Amino acid sequence: MAVLRSAAAFLYGRRGFYLALLLLPPLLWLGIIYLGSLFALLVQSFYAIDEFTARIVPVLTLATYRQLFSHPANLDIILRTVAMAVAVTAAAAVIAFPVANYMARYASPRMKAFFYVGVMLPMWTSYLVKVYAWRLVLAKQGIASWFVDLLGLTPALEGALAAPVIGGPSLASSYIGMFIVFTYMWLPFMILPLVAALERVPGSLVQASADLGARPGQTFRHVVLPLALPGLAAGSIFTFSLTLGDYIIPSVVGAPGYFIGMMVYQQQGTAGNLPLAAAFSVVPIILIAVYLALARRMGAFDAL
Amino acid sequence: MRSRRMRAAWDRTTLGQKIAAFAGLAFLHLPVWVIFLYAFTTEDRTYQFPPPGLTLHWFEVAFARADIWAALKLSLAVASVATALALILGTLAAFALARSRFRGRELITLLFVLPIALPGIITGIALLAAFKMGGIQPGFWTIVVGHATFCIVIVHNNVIARLRRIPPSWVEASMDLGADGWQTFRHVLLPQIATALLAGGMLAFALSFDEIIVTLFTAGHEKTLPIWFFNELFRPRERPITNVVAVTVVLITLVPILLAYRLTRPNEPEDRH
Repeated sequence: MAVLRSAAAFLYGRRGFYLALLLLPPLLWLGIIYLGSLFALLVQSFYAIDEFTARIVPVLTLATYRQLFSHPANLDIILRTVAMAVAVTAAAAVIAFPVANYMARYASPRMKAFFYVGVMLPMWTSYLVKVYAWRLVLAKQGIASWFVDLLGLTPALEGALAAPVIGGPSLASSYIGMFIVFTYMWLPFMILPLVAALERVPGSLVQASADLGARPGQTFRHVVLPLALPGLAAGSIFTFSLTLGDYIIPSVVGAPGYFIGMMVYQQQGTAGNLPLAAAFSVVPIILIAVYLALARRMGAFDAL
Repeated sequence: MRSRRMRAAWDRTTLGQKIAAFAGLAFLHLPVWVIFLYAFTTEDRTYQFPPPGLTLHWFEVAFARADIWAALKLSLAVASVATALALILGTLAAFALARSRFRGRELITLLFVLPIALPGIITGIALLAAFKMGGIQPGFWTIVVGHATFCIVIVHNNVIARLRRIPPSWVEASMDLGADGWQTFRHVLLPQIATALLAGGMLAFALSFDEIIVTLFTAGHEKTLPIWFFNELFRPRERPITNVVAVTVVLITLVPILLAYRLTRPNEPEDRH
């Protein structure tokens, strides 16, 4: 105790030393293990694999990136992943908006607390279990087809599944199904920043707009929506980046086409080509960096 | 007259809003309830809905499986060690960064967001690349390292948010009244951050227990419960047992998270004026 006490007294007088002592262990951990690993990843992406021995040649080269960008199949994978990320982001925004708008501007405090818990619970429920649950829901004879049948919409569903590219033998093995699961997974990440942004819309502005003769729709379009834009941008960072990096959902639900994350996982695993896996994982980092720069200009970081 | 028409328009909007909001909430909840239902179904081959009958049989079968117990134990061990590491390192960082100003602080703050800002797959493949280059065999400790890296961020965020809510005048008052640095920490700061520590620890534990994206890269031949579960998804023969494990995983992760939510929640909305 006496040691602790004199140590505390010693440190209190020396602010800088005290801070350095506190920061050193966590900084070493994240600096060496995390940043070091990211650096190792970057270095690996500049290595290449010897085609005859299938071993990694530790010489810096651009060959792996050339391989990545010269194969049309690889470009297809990148394009497919980005298209899915954009579609999921748009759908999440459309579904999240009414929920967030109700929570922020209409709900009573009690109702709002209920909705908060209601949004957080599924968000924190085991990720894998949710993916699995959707496989059950979307399977042939599953709840989704039972429900569609109940509504008498089976022909519409069959029509959608017969569509080229997005269709498939069942919802669980089509891009439509994958899109639903992705949207579901990241929806809370869109709702929460949107609520935060909408809460900050001053009620007086909405009133003023109504007093000046705007209909609710006009007020929404010209007053509420522009003010909620930073929240939308903040939420879209999550939906976009989470979709880009995921490899579990595309391998459990959906059509056979590859996604960036699956390529990373497969190349380092069964294919044993760590350099190509590393190069593939640099693609989402760059895409996310570009997206962050765009979102920042829309004020997304003020709404986080 | 006009105001009454607007009132009606407003009410209609509210009703529409309400329906859309509740529909969104239902969309978020239904799949989770499905799992609970299917864990009791008597049908073991298809995903038939509604289930033809209900039974508790599958819980008994799952309970007798040694591989599930082994995976569960590994997951609990990994989550405990990762949480302990994160509590120490995350709290240290939070104390250092809560109220200080120094050159390079922004950069360090960014470093403390990065592990959860970048997708998990990047943390996973980066760690794997580093382990390969360093000649480190994947196993228990590589899983722990991967988990601790994002758990540190969770604990740090929880503790720093609480530290910033403690008025600096409390520390000053304590010192003015003659307490030394240690007494101030022990009797003023620690009681204030205790629930934040507990909440951060429980969130970290739940996240680690459920983690799959990073773990698949760093686990080598070890099988945590999520990895067991993931492999099971491609082996549909034992579906009813998978359902039981799913329910168990949901309960193990949800209980600490709900407790953490209660512990960190600011006062009830009604109390805030």
